[in-house]
Amino acid sequence: MLTQSDARAGVSMLSTDLEQVALWRQQRAAVAAADERERARLIHDAAQGVRRSVVRTIDAARAGHIGGDLSVTDILTTLYLGVLEIDPADPTRRDRDRFILSKGHCAAALYSVLAHSGYFPTSELATFMAPMSALNGHPNRTKVPGVETNTGPLGHGLPVAVGEALGLRLQGLDRRVYVVTGDGEMQEGSNWEAIMSAAHYRLGNLTLVVDRNRLQQGARTEDTNALDPLAERLAAFGCEVREIDGHDVTQLLGAFAPSTTGRPVAVVANTIKGKGVSFMEDRVEWHHKVPTAEQVTAALAELGEQGS
Amino acid sequence: MRTDAPTATGYDNRTAFAEELAVLARADERIVAVCNDSVGSSNLGAFREEFGDRLINVGIAEQNMVGVGAGLAAAGLIPFVCGAGPFLTGRATEQVKADVAYSQHPVILCGMSPGMAYGELGPTHHSVEDLSWMRALPGLDIVVPADRRQTRQALRMLAAEPRPTYIRIGRHKVPDVTTEGEVLVRGRIDVARGGDDVAIVATGTLVSRALEAARRLSDDGVSARVLNAAWIAPLDQATILDAARGTRAVIVAEEANIAGGLGAAVAQLVAREGLGVRVVPLGLTEFAPTGSNDMLLEHFGLTSENIVRVANEALRA
Repeated sequence: MLTQSDARAGVSMLSTDLEQVALWRQQRAAVAAADERERARLIHDAAQGVRRSVVRTIDAARAGHIGGDLSVTDILTTLYLGVLEIDPADPTRRDRDRFILSKGHCAAALYSVLAHSGYFPTSELATFMAPMSALNGHPNRTKVPGVETNTGPLGHGLPVAVGEALGLRLQGLDRRVYVVTGDGEMQEGSNWEAIMSAAHYRLGNLTLVVDRNRLQQGARTEDTNALDPLAERLAAFGCEVREIDGHDVTQLLGAFAPSTTGRPVAVVANTIKGKGVSFMEDRVEWHHKVPTAEQVTAALAELGEQGS
Repeated sequence: MRTDAPTATGYDNRTAFAEELAVLARADERIVAVCNDSVGSSNLGAFREEFGDRLINVGIAEQNMVGVGAGLAAAGLIPFVCGAGPFLTGRATEQVKADVAYSQHPVILCGMSPGMAYGELGPTHHSVEDLSWMRALPGLDIVVPADRRQTRQALRMLAAEPRPTYIRIGRHKVPDVTTEGEVLVRGRIDVARGGDDVAIVATGTLVSRALEAARRLSDDGVSARVLNAAWIAPLDQATILDAARGTRAVIVAEEANIAGGLGAAVAQLVAREGLGVRVVPLGLTEFAPTGSNDMLLEHFGLTSENIVRVANEALRA
């Protein structure tokens, strides 16, 4: 039972799982050593594992944002297995690459990727959104190693990423900052303030990834407050724009390469909300609907769960 | 040449702010300044000349400014984010909440020209809600230096031990109210003058006025204790309760809205302890009419004369 003093002290920071970090390092090494085709297969397989983890995590919590989790999973898995210069055993290392999930409501996907990288034990995922869990419905950097800044309200991650990119450059640290926003989130004006700054300061060490699944909470983005022509708008604001299939690992790896122009990179990653589970794909109601027990079983089977 | 030469009415704390920030930036290259096109009004022109790209001007974009500040802190720098108080705290409240206070990024938010410093420019430019808004955020320190010495001390402390902080940098000229050797301590309210009939808890521009009121009350045989509430959050409960227990009435004077400001904090504390001492908050109760800073302070009763009147009234009650 939680004592009053525990409650006052709050939840402490989760700690690194070194055995899991070792597994992650092996995976990273295998990905690095593989040829293009094999590399894509390895990351794709890992992403399917993350999707199963997301489904189980949301099933246990009976809450979450499953549609957006599944659309961003390939982006996250590719970053953590094939791109980011990080060390989960030393999460605050000064010269690390930075990753910010601005669409903080997709915390279950981020937590799954962080846990599988060893930032904290995978067993913690079962506590997602449970009373007093470190794994809040939106990520909190004071509780979860690997989280760079607290997100949840939309339009916050990109300005912080701009500050980090500027700060790294001012200190002569040759590291990159990656930030993922939702597409509906690009309706927030603060993002466009930040993009203007990123272009003005020519932050070639910044990559914005827009998870372009074309659905927001209640409707299609284009029926709500249209974002298109999104790529052209980002280019007009001064970004080096790369539009890709956000579920194609090889395309993702290419898009995450450093800027070739010295300008900030904006990746428009065309995705499918609910990707990988047929009855959730591109359906607005799966923004934050929770699957029934039968739907969980069906989803896990589609996602390649062994023995199902 | 020192630019904070005395005038008939005192010193503009922005001068001390700019000079001290430059001194600190020379000693620690992690110190950077961020502003919203406010190079002039934040007194950062010389900083830009000397430190070049360590002044980051994001233009007229306060939400981005505070987020950028959080990112700079996350990258290992010590950002002083400067903007006129109303826009820094009003336009970017959610960024202060999520990116600074909740995320615990050590950003020092410098609210320039707070209170009614912009006088005739009107309520859109007055920063009188800032104390209420910022006080609602856990994990955020609030500092309101009463004079140039406290302004310098606060900056030195925050540079040495950066933490999420909102600091008011006053423009309205104020005389020195502290002396050399007085030390500002985080979370401590100083007793600027002893007394046991009435306590006046004052902050920022109101401290010199409270001291003047205490001198006048003393001429009438009333002993007034004056608290200089420079560090408002975390709140020094012991010193306030001691004043409430040691006097017969508590006046709180601030250049801010009384809804949610320092007066509300003091009243809540005294009521919680069941002390039964009267607490009278002085501050703004409505949007200000057109007028100079001095005229508006008078309009809302934020003068030594009115503090004397209110104190006598409270003691008679």
